[in-house]
Amino acid sequence: MKRMALARSLFLLLLLLVLLGLFVYAAFRAGPLAPVAVTVQKAGSASLRPGLYGIGSIDAERRYRIGPVQPGRVARLNVDVGDTVHKGQLLASMDPVDLEERIAAQQAALASAKANQEQAQAQLDYARRQLQRFSELLQTGTTTQDVVDSKRLAVQSAEAAREAAERRILQLQHEGRGLEEQLRNLQLLAPADGMVVARLAQPGDAVGAGQAVLEIIDPDSLWVSTRFDQVRAQGLSAGLPARIHLRSRPQQPLEGVVARVEPLADDITEEMIAQVRFRSTPTPMPPLGELAEVYLQLPPLPEGPVIPNAALRIWNGKTGVWLLDGEKIRFQPVVAGRQDLQGNVRIEQGLAAGQKIVVYSEKALEPHTRVHVVQSLVRP
Amino acid sequence: MISLAGRDILHAWGKFLFTGLGLGLLIGVTLSMAGVYRGMVEDGRALIQASGADLWVVQQDTLGPFAEPSGLRDDLWRNIAALEGVAAAANVTYMTLQIHSDRHESRVMLVGLTPGDNRLPGWPRFLLAGRHISRGHYEAVADIASGFHLGETLKIKRHHYTVVGLTRRMVSPSGDPMVFIPLKDAQEAQFQKDNDSIIRQRHRTAANPVLSDSRVQTAVNALLNNQQQVNAVLVRLQPGAQRTRIAEHIRRWQRLQVYDNQQMERILVGKLIATAARQIGLFLVILSLVSATIVAFIIYTLTMDKIREIAVLKLIGTRNRTIAGMILQQALALGIIGFVIGKIAATFAAPHFPKYVVLLPRDSITGLLAVLCICALASLVAIRMALKVDPAEALGG
Repeated sequence: MKRMALARSLFLLLLLLVLLGLFVYAAFRAGPLAPVAVTVQKAGSASLRPGLYGIGSIDAERRYRIGPVQPGRVARLNVDVGDTVHKGQLLASMDPVDLEERIAAQQAALASAKANQEQAQAQLDYARRQLQRFSELLQTGTTTQDVVDSKRLAVQSAEAAREAAERRILQLQHEGRGLEEQLRNLQLLAPADGMVVARLAQPGDAVGAGQAVLEIIDPDSLWVSTRFDQVRAQGLSAGLPARIHLRSRPQQPLEGVVARVEPLADDITEEMIAQVRFRSTPTPMPPLGELAEVYLQLPPLPEGPVIPNAALRIWNGKTGVWLLDGEKIRFQPVVAGRQDLQGNVRIEQGLAAGQKIVVYSEKALEPHTRVHVVQSLVRP
Repeated sequence: MISLAGRDILHAWGKFLFTGLGLGLLIGVTLSMAGVYRGMVEDGRALIQASGADLWVVQQDTLGPFAEPSGLRDDLWRNIAALEGVAAAANVTYMTLQIHSDRHESRVMLVGLTPGDNRLPGWPRFLLAGRHISRGHYEAVADIASGFHLGETLKIKRHHYTVVGLTRRMVSPSGDPMVFIPLKDAQEAQFQKDNDSIIRQRHRTAANPVLSDSRVQTAVNALLNNQQQVNAVLVRLQPGAQRTRIAEHIRRWQRLQVYDNQQMERILVGKLIATAARQIGLFLVILSLVSATIVAFIIYTLTMDKIREIAVLKLIGTRNRTIAGMILQQALALGIIGFVIGKIAATFAAPHFPKYVVLLPRDSITGLLAVLCICALASLVAIRMALKVDPAEALGG
């Protein structure tokens, strides 16, 4: 009986202890009073390779929009979208409307002007001969000075008439050449080798002067017009090697190179624009306007302390890291340098490689925060 | 000296313990409800503490960006950043939406962050895993409560985002976990429509005779797709800067509304979640009253069960003080056991609630004092009954 009572007392005591233990755990290890779990790692030393990341769309450096110089109707289109064309090839022709008739009329007018000129020449010859004859008669006294003067006037006016007829011919010849030029301009020719990417008008459409009928690009001049946020564009320059991921082929990176950084930045979107050319034209050719992600690799920086960007904290308006000092933590202000695309930050000042820093924490830290170091704060 | 109460408890320990357990669970529910209430208020404040901002600049005459919609042009931050005493100004957008990965779906508040680094206001101040956003596009940092994992791909509107970091306690005032993405992506997600409506809008524009000229159309489409808006500008001041003077300056000359953290807290806690919090608060009061009544009733019945034993005690000449002490001690012991079990139950239950539940030490201490008071008061009634008992009852049938 006594032993049973003892066992019962022991059991009750044990139960009370368990309850007490759980209570202490509940009060001080969970909830607001619990120490903050953190992970700690040593600041590494490495040579950081900063990278730039931008997005852009496929464009072509050499892009031709071909159209007539005068308003007219499209008569014929010889090529279709996707066709390869060569320099000088006839791509389309505009309807000449009455241009050919105007040329014929102009040729007739030219013939008539030539006839006029011949007539004027004949009259001039006759007037000269008369002047000759009457001059001789004046020497023999068989005619008057007045008659000779009138014959001289006739020669002068015949010369003027011939001159006018010649000028008229010249005028008509120039006009004729102008019309022929116009006729030639109705033929739309390829300015360079390339590929047709758009047919902007169809046969029968009326187009205005300067309006494009066909658009041609040089497929070898494809590039990605890429936008880089200005705050993360330090080091952007022509010649940097690039890796291009097309939206349609995210798993097949393509090689490229920065061809040009545009001297005009976009001040509304606060971005810089760079043209990134493919090292070799991708096949099949990506459509113009396709979205692409571009990674640029900058030259490596000299070796120095490198920490994950998650370790960089703000406290009291200062940037720094939390150092683990035995059981306690201490805020150490640092000067952060460049960051790479993997989230590593180079520390320029205030930290040496090998110092133990807090990387992840469950809460924002304060100098008096009790911490408890764990391997990881999330379940894998 | 032998403790009469202790002997009595040991005598019927099973009953005592189970009563304590029942009481404990009741107290646990009450504490949890207090935790739910505190959690709601804490959710309202979490954003303010987490944002690291000193001033919130929003659209004029609005209580934005949470209590009312607010829209600002995204270049206004430059004017604010140039003011004396401003350490940093950053655009931010907020939008609540449902996003999903291949595995999981979650309702989140999508936050657009000004590119730069976590030194800018609005960025998560600490991480649990992974890294901060380091690219200008298509990366996300998610609150762990969203259930998304590191490396997972999220689809938000038409783009895919990779989760590169996880954080904690970054929630909207209504408790939705936050997902942080770069500002430009967030603007696109917020203001750009889906492909079908873009195409339909183009057709509408083309059909409008006033706008149908092809040259005008390009301009009109560009205008329609203009997304240069943000919901607020977060401002961090230099140490020692005059908060009210800068706020007044922005209010007066930029013609925008400015709130400091206290005002923002009043809006979030006092307006946005006020009704819901009062609802929970009132329920907490009712639950406390019910719990108190039940505790009192349990103590009373426990004493009444022992009325015969008490009569015997009186018969053998035990002093009234001793009997009263026994009842009071038992009541208090029951209360303490109940509270301990309740606190343990509430603590272990808290992480399983879908929303944040926080058991403040202050609330626990108040709870303990309340339980002890109730037990003492309830035992007074029981003591009065016990003292009035006739010793003859010990002999009667």
